[in-house]
Amino acid sequence: MSNNGNGFEPRIVGFLCNWCTYAAADTAGVSRMKQAANVDIIRVMCSGRVDPTFILKAFVEGADGVIVSGCHPPGDCHYSTGNFKTFRRMPMVEALLEQYGIEKGRFHWGWISGAEAPMWAKLVNEFTEQVRGLGPLDWKRQLQSKEE
Amino acid sequence: MAENGKLKLGLYWAASCGGCEIAIVELREKILDLDAAADILFWPCAMDYKYKDVEAMPDGHIDVCLFNGAIRSSENEEMAHLLREKAKVLVAFGSCAHEGCIPGLGNMFDRQSIFNRVYLETPSTDNPDGIFPQTSYQMPEGEVHIPSFYNTVKTLAQVEDVDYFVPGCPPQAPQIWAVIEAILGGDLPPKGTVVGASPNKTVCDECKYDREEKRVAKFYRPHEIIPEDRCLFDQGIICAGPATRAGCGALCMEVDLPCRGCYGPAPNVVDQGAALLSAVASVVDADTEEEAARIVNEVVDPVGTFYRFGLPASMLHRRKLEEVE
Ligand code: SF4
Ligand code: SF4
Ligand code: FES
Repeated sequence: MSNNGNGFEPRIVGFLCNWCTYAAADTAGVSRMKQAANVDIIRVMCSGRVDPTFILKAFVEGADGVIVSGCHPPGDCHYSTGNFKTFRRMPMVEALLEQYGIEKGRFHWGWISGAEAPMWAKLVNEFTEQVRGLGPLDWKRQLQSKEE
Repeated sequence: MAENGKLKLGLYWAASCGGCEIAIVELREKILDLDAAADILFWPCAMDYKYKDVEAMPDGHIDVCLFNGAIRSSENEEMAHLLREKAKVLVAFGSCAHEGCIPGLGNMFDRQSIFNRVYLETPSTDNPDGIFPQTSYQMPEGEVHIPSFYNTVKTLAQVEDVDYFVPGCPPQAPQIWAVIEAILGGDLPPKGTVVGASPNKTVCDECKYDREEKRVAKFYRPHEIIPEDRCLFDQGIICAGPATRAGCGALCMEVDLPCRGCYGPAPNVVDQGAALLSAVASVVDADTEEEAARIVNEVVDPVGTFYRFGLPASMLHRRKLEEVE
């Protein structure tokens, strides 16, 4: 990713389920929809596979924002109720991140089906701008805080 | 070993409550066996020693140092470095040294906010001039120094090279004795191993209850409910058993309190809090997003609940600092 002069380019990790949002992202790419180049996509088989550890790890390793997206509930999940896991977990992850002082705007979770490629492109662009506005998170620096 | 064939032992406490020291005394009459087998060279809590006595020792003079307590101040860190030099085997003893423990919850704050609370805001404080501790002060007799208080509580392994970890708040006496016997017998596992606990089980495996993974429509804090005689988690009391390493004998459930997680992450668990969060989320009895959000929002203080004993050792270590120096 290029750093255009002095501008900050956010690094965003997107955990997308294979059957819905990943398909949407693929279509968005193939259809050459205009989208920010800031999201590193990690394909998972189901949004229910996204262990909260993955999200924490993304932030610790340098992500400025994280997206988790899968198939619309109730009926779209390829594994029938994997997305139920997601909506039971993610509100708690949100609360946890907030307590850690990680701004709300750095974490997004939700649903985009394979047929909603424009929605994916819109999310990427809007979320990237939102995270850009929040500035770098740089969690590693938190861990190296100097003590005198 | 000393010329008398005895093990040379050192014990130290950094940022801790003293419970780990009590845990040693809890060995009861075995303390006499310990005394027969080991010369205690340094134990500030129980015997009169000075830091300069340790400084005067040749490097590697102590065979084994059991170091309890987290690293909260420059003094704690200096002693960690000094004892690393002087001890052949350095053991992070107890939850504070292992994972940060209760003092580690200070990582939800920073030095200044803790100082404000302690030296200005508490109702019993009378400090009209707003005086905070200074690390150096000019006295007529000369300049005096006190250790500095850190922003971030660290585990022993985050500041020094550690050979073994003994978990628990505090470690249980039979486990301590097993570790001491292993040391005396020279029967030590590979460096970096968690000893004095199970290598492969969770607290649930040792619990008198069987968890049925029942769906939960409401979560309770321990004081809000009188539990029935079955798995506490199944009744909506958040229990860290599934995410915690076995070793204590599932003690807390014997008195119908949930496990709070003091033996640290279960084997193969990277982040104990994330694992517990997942365990809690997986039983939420909700089939719509709204219902799930409502139930989940009842969990008071997620960080304090999921990381009660392990915040400094967890992936994120601390709450975000407003300004990183
Ligand atoms: S009470 Fe806690 S430790 Fe015991 S089985 Fe239930 S969850 Fe596991
Ligand atoms: S049950 Fe949990 S909190 Fe209680 S002593 Fe055992 S590990 Fe520690
Ligand atoms: S397969 Fe897409 S959320 Fe389960």
